[in-house]
Amino acid sequence: MSDTPQQRVAAALERIPYARFLNLRAELKGDELTLVMPYSEHLIGNPMLPALHGGVVGALMEVTALTQLAIASKSERFPKTIDIGIDYLRSGRPVDTFARARVVKIGRRVANVQAEAWQGEKSQPIATLHGHFMTPEVEGG
Amino acid sequence: MVGDRRRALVAKGMSDETPPPAAYAAGNDPLERVKAMIRFTPQAAALGMEVTRIEPARVWGRVPYRPDLVGDPETGVIAGGVLTTLLDTICGMAAVAAMESPTTVATIDLRIDYMRAAEPGRDVLAEAHCYKLGRSIAFVRAVAYEDSPDNPIAHVACAFMVNSSAGRKFGANVRKKT
Repeated sequence: MSDTPQQRVAAALERIPYARFLNLRAELKGDELTLVMPYSEHLIGNPMLPALHGGVVGALMEVTALTQLAIASKSERFPKTIDIGIDYLRSGRPVDTFARARVVKIGRRVANVQAEAWQGEKSQPIATLHGHFMTPEVEGG
Repeated sequence: MVGDRRRALVAKGMSDETPPPAAYAAGNDPLERVKAMIRFTPQAAALGMEVTRIEPARVWGRVPYRPDLVGDPETGVIAGGVLTTLLDTICGMAAVAAMESPTTVATIDLRIDYMRAAEPGRDVLAEAHCYKLGRSIAFVRAVAYEDSPDNPIAHVACAFMVNSSAGRKFGANVRKKT
């Protein structure tokens, strides 16, 4: 049993095989989470530029949104995704990528979350995501 | 600023001067050419993704079930991110498969609706259709399923920039900007 929220989040991420596949690392300051996706060659989607695969950038933001929502709703379980929309703004360079999410609203059944991924400068995001997720408490209800 | 930059990128996409990357153009058979695209895409290879069939503007693909791609260890359901990557990839390929002479594409946006969780232990199949190829933009939709597209796991609609690498040289992303 871990005690701090950071340890709990890190432990929950550690249990997700796909998060390990992407080598994701959680950094938590207060209740604000930043996920780090260290650069690795297997994340490349366009070997010519080279650029990160859009799918993994999307996946990073989705996992960030799910984790931030789990923290915000004080749930130990990850919510289910209803839909996500991803806008790609710049190609992802072969360097470490970061993502942060903001829970816009937690409704009785549906939660709305926005997320952003960036590399060098946070003011120049490479992609943004907005998504709807089942509010954890009413899953299956 | 972002808007200006995107418009500039889109404007670049209108030039037809850049030849297709040699690796993408390997062989004349479209299926072989698209299979080469996957071999030279490290993330697609890392997921074990395959293209199973190709027709003009349509591509069918698959990602095998693997325990290390699971997103929910309690149920063993494959991660949403794997579907995002599969769908993004085969949609991009469908856009390329719609072209007379292939060029590169880059995703502008995509939206995924999840109808249900994927069945644990089963490969995920997908089929994509590029229903409009413009000079600058390609519109593509796709579904992911196990047995039939009539019982979909997820649906995606996306837009791609056509000839996205125009004016950008090999290794452009690792060079210092001047």
